[in-house]
Amino acid sequence: MNDMRMTERGVDSKNIKMKARKVQVFYGTNHAIKDVDVDIEDKTVTAFIGPSGCGKSTFLRCLNRMNDTIDICRVEGEITLDGEDIYDRKVDPVQLRAKVGMVFQKPNPFPKSIYDNVAYGPRIHGLARGKAELDEIVEKSLRRAAIWNEVKDRLDAPGTGLSGGQQQRLCIARAIATGPEVLLMDEPCSALDPIATAQVEELIDELRERFSVVIVTHSMQQAARVSQKTAFFHLGNLVEYGETSKIFTNPDDPRTESYITGRIG
Amino acid sequence: MTDATANAPARSLFTEDARTKKRNRAEARFRAYGLAAVIVGLLALVMLLVSILSNGMSAFRQTFLTIPVELTEARLDPQGNRDPAEMAAVTTFGYLPVLAQSYIDHVESLGIEHDLSPQAMAAMISGEAPAQLRSLVLEDPSLVGQTVTLRVLVSGRIDGFFKGRVTMASAERDANVTPEQLQLAQALAEVGVIETRFNWSFVTAPDASGQRPEAAGLGVAILGSFYMMLVVLVLSLPIGVAASIYLEEFAPKNRLTDLIEVNISNLAAVPSIVFGILGLAIFINFAGLPQSAPIVGGLVLTLMTLPTIIIATRASLRAVPPSIREAALGVGASKMQAVFHHVLPLAAPGILTGTIIGLAQALGETAPLLLIGMVAFVRDYPAAPPEGLFDPASALPVQVYQWTQRSDPAFVERASGAIIVLLVFLIVMNAIAVLLRRRFERRW
Amino acid sequence: MPLLWLFVIVLALGALGFVLGRQRAIASAGGDARQLHSLPNYYGSNVAILTVVPALMVLAVWLILQPMVIQARVTSLIPEAAIEQIGSRSLVMSDVRRVAEGLDTAVAAGALSEAETRGLSTDETDVRARLGEVGVALGGAVTPEVLAAALRYRALDHTADTLRSGLVIVLAALGLAYGYLRTRQEFRARNSVERAILALLMLASTLAILTTVGIVFSMLFETFNFFELYPWREFFFGLEWRPSFEGGSDLGLIPLLWGTLYISIIALLVSVPIGLFAAIYMAEYAGKRFRAVAKPLIEVLAGIPTIVYGLFALITVGPLLRDYFAQPLGLGTSSSSVMTAGVVMGIMLIPFVSSLSDDIINAVPQSLRDGSYGLGATQSETVRQVILPAALPGIVGAILLAASRAIGETMIVVLGAGAAAALSLNPFEAMTTVTVKIVGQLTGDTNFESPEALVAFALGLTLFVITLGLNVLALYIVRKYREQYE
Repeated sequence: MNDMRMTERGVDSKNIKMKARKVQVFYGTNHAIKDVDVDIEDKTVTAFIGPSGCGKSTFLRCLNRMNDTIDICRVEGEITLDGEDIYDRKVDPVQLRAKVGMVFQKPNPFPKSIYDNVAYGPRIHGLARGKAELDEIVEKSLRRAAIWNEVKDRLDAPGTGLSGGQQQRLCIARAIATGPEVLLMDEPCSALDPIATAQVEELIDELRERFSVVIVTHSMQQAARVSQKTAFFHLGNLVEYGETSKIFTNPDDPRTESYITGRIG
Repeated sequence: MTDATANAPARSLFTEDARTKKRNRAEARFRAYGLAAVIVGLLALVMLLVSILSNGMSAFRQTFLTIPVELTEARLDPQGNRDPAEMAAVTTFGYLPVLAQSYIDHVESLGIEHDLSPQAMAAMISGEAPAQLRSLVLEDPSLVGQTVTLRVLVSGRIDGFFKGRVTMASAERDANVTPEQLQLAQALAEVGVIETRFNWSFVTAPDASGQRPEAAGLGVAILGSFYMMLVVLVLSLPIGVAASIYLEEFAPKNRLTDLIEVNISNLAAVPSIVFGILGLAIFINFAGLPQSAPIVGGLVLTLMTLPTIIIATRASLRAVPPSIREAALGVGASKMQAVFHHVLPLAAPGILTGTIIGLAQALGETAPLLLIGMVAFVRDYPAAPPEGLFDPASALPVQVYQWTQRSDPAFVERASGAIIVLLVFLIVMNAIAVLLRRRFERRW
Repeated sequence: MPLLWLFVIVLALGALGFVLGRQRAIASAGGDARQLHSLPNYYGSNVAILTVVPALMVLAVWLILQPMVIQARVTSLIPEAAIEQIGSRSLVMSDVRRVAEGLDTAVAAGALSEAETRGLSTDETDVRARLGEVGVALGGAVTPEVLAAALRYRALDHTADTLRSGLVIVLAALGLAYGYLRTRQEFRARNSVERAILALLMLASTLAILTTVGIVFSMLFETFNFFELYPWREFFFGLEWRPSFEGGSDLGLIPLLWGTLYISIIALLVSVPIGLFAAIYMAEYAGKRFRAVAKPLIEVLAGIPTIVYGLFALITVGPLLRDYFAQPLGLGTSSSSVMTAGVVMGIMLIPFVSSLSDDIINAVPQSLRDGSYGLGATQSETVRQVILPAALPGIVGAILLAASRAIGETMIVVLGAGAAAALSLNPFEAMTTVTVKIVGQLTGDTNFESPEALVAFALGLTLFVITLGLNVLALYIVRKYREQYE
């Protein structure tokens, strides 16, 4: 395997967590993603930006095989996690998704208590050996998601009763609880107000210490604020990928520049 | 701070760990339960249909005896003047010996050996046959004195023998038939005097008494059901459509409207037998309408069908987009004109489909009809509507019930056959509904 | 005058009104229809409605009231002694009616003249024989009191008929005249017609309420009569059901209710797991093709009339259960049993549970499924731990609706469960239900004065109250559930 090969885009020598090569996605006859190559680094926030319908969310869903649940969707090419092909026939998507967690656009807490929402993942994956250990995982996840202080007195209350920002942080806690290595976030702030958005963005920055985070966003400011690396998608193609600072100040591709300056989008 | 989650051992994606294996097995099991449930449901349907078809198909075939009958003047027209009024004095019992004698003579002329008494011979012919002969003669008195070839029903037991229901062994224990009779029937079948053939009269003839399953038919029941459906259609379609238009297009949001809505959804779930009690108490005991009459059945079924039609009609009215109404109002039509000129025609296919499905439900309904006296034994066809709506009649599903209550096992075949007829009607009605939907379905 | 004629005359007057009203409107606008407020046909319709509707409404009310009034006046003619002799007032009255109708038939057939009828007396003529000649069969000889009452009945009836015809025709004519005179160029005929149509539409929609009221009153009234003859305590808490038409019956509800519940429970034990699993499979696992075939086929089960299930229970399932389960296990020899009825009813309810559950499962938002899959849950874990809990209220509602169906089902239990009331736990024993007994007590010749017949109304009311409660609860739960995801 060519794990350690440096990419021509000048990525530094941090560990590469996930690697995508020549990825093609088809929805029925529609060619949604064309020839995408991306390396996701460990302990880094990578942002996918681009105009709506450019395929950034579709590509994100390839990274933990969420597209498997859509019948007409077909993925070609190679995506690896720690050097192992996640589309290999031997791979159980269930195991994969425990390692590559996901947070969705709209907060989607289960209609259960806050505790059960967070404990759901550890329970199905058998991560805790007893009630005490489960309590510990729940508490730690809620702490990491920066929501513990707000909910610690009402863990039995339904998760659907929280405010939008709290719900999204609860969903992040839920995703963290399974102990993922990569966390995929699909426009996690698009349904939130500015204050809740700030809280979640702050959280994302903290999460970088432990996970590699991939975030899809339609807000360029957000990408600039939270990410270290940025990938710009346009019409199903990956146009440019590199250091966030470079993409936003001195992009190579004229299309990237047009998007950044607001001429397309 | 210890990190329980991060300490989890790194696992390769390529090896399935024990827990995942277990979970995948649970997944497969769960999926299998689901598939099994679907299969059990389908199997039940198949069993139901096979049971009805295998028991009922033979009802459409009947065993007949074809013999030349000598219509002796001495017995049938003692006065000898061929006056039907006077000949009517000879009852069916007078015709039985004529028929029996011709049968005995014919068997003898064929040279078939048997040691049956004349009574035992006569018992092989259906009790319905003399009546058939009598009406034939009274219709055309000039036949008296001639010899006519007549095809008459054989008794239910002999018929059962040719359909496999009665065997030599069962005949030993049966008071109504002897193995000797069956042997003779067998011999006659070999020379073609007795044969089993398609029997239209199962669908057209009226019911027959409990001793004559071979003659029992569905004519009165089908006519009665048809009359009831007529009443249901004529009443429930306009009333249902009117009520739906009011509720969907005009009703203000208030207590009364709410009350009506709740009432309609509850009526749709009230047990059918309760509607029967309503019919008995209001239409028969209070309003004094006759028992067993299709009009009463129709009224009761109308009340039952209305919720179905209203629910379907409202759904199709709702499916017409508001832009159509606005367009009509925009050119100065009144709200009433907008609804009747534009919305209603567009909703018509949906309304019709709902109505047919409602009618199909009503056609199969039994319980309320039992209470309003449709179980009466009726042999006379009701007259043409509207007077006929007040004549006693039966109904298809009730006829099935009545036949299940009779002791002769031959009625099981009749009841199953009647269900086949009922199901054919239902299939046709539903097929029309599906076709209508396919043909006129409009997506906005 | 026969009713049909009266009806036709009113309609004819209505048609005349339409033509006249239309002409007058056009004439009032000087022959130019464009000068009118409404289209000419609206003026015609307005007159027609004024002619027909009030007349027919009066006719309808009259038809309902006439027999009641006449009956009240005739009943007073019959001495108490005659009533005691025959049995009850209603029996005497039905005799009176039959004789009166017989006389009508006889007159119509020409066997009697109108004058002869009036002079009839039981001393000179055998009324029964005379009526027998024209095909009117009477149960017994006609007593002088009954004949007198019948003659009076006829006389009153004829007077009332004449009055009715006169009143209705006059009313129609008045309506016509009024409508005609109101027809002028500036008259807002369309608004008037539309108001009338709206009133008709509203009337149609209140029929649902009238039906419910009719159901409740028809049963409430007779139930009160029943409780006058039979103590309510013994009905609701009695453990024995032994009706005997000579009197002294035990009419306890408990054994019937037990049979009903036992059968319903078995039916639900069959239908809920099968229906629910089938719905889950259809909604979550089945491919498009499989679903397109299997779903409608399962739903065919819902379109089959219950009498078919009843026959299926009677000729197939009953003997099968008896020969392969009940007899080998030594549990009974009856082919009609709680088990037979329960299993067949369960089959009937499968599509009911499955299609309702299917709708409800599909109403669970996709985002919840995504959330669960995103955490690495398998499909079955998602269904069991996320979808079912989320859909639970809706499914409970569906099961309650199915239970209400099971409790009110009649034909399957009539043919499959048996007729003997029993308080037993053995599922292979024949038991009976509330609905079976309603059918049993009300079919055939019934005397509506005896507790044995009237008990059916009390049973019906009990059934209605139970199912209504279940339905209201279920609809409430389902509606709340729907709102949650809207």
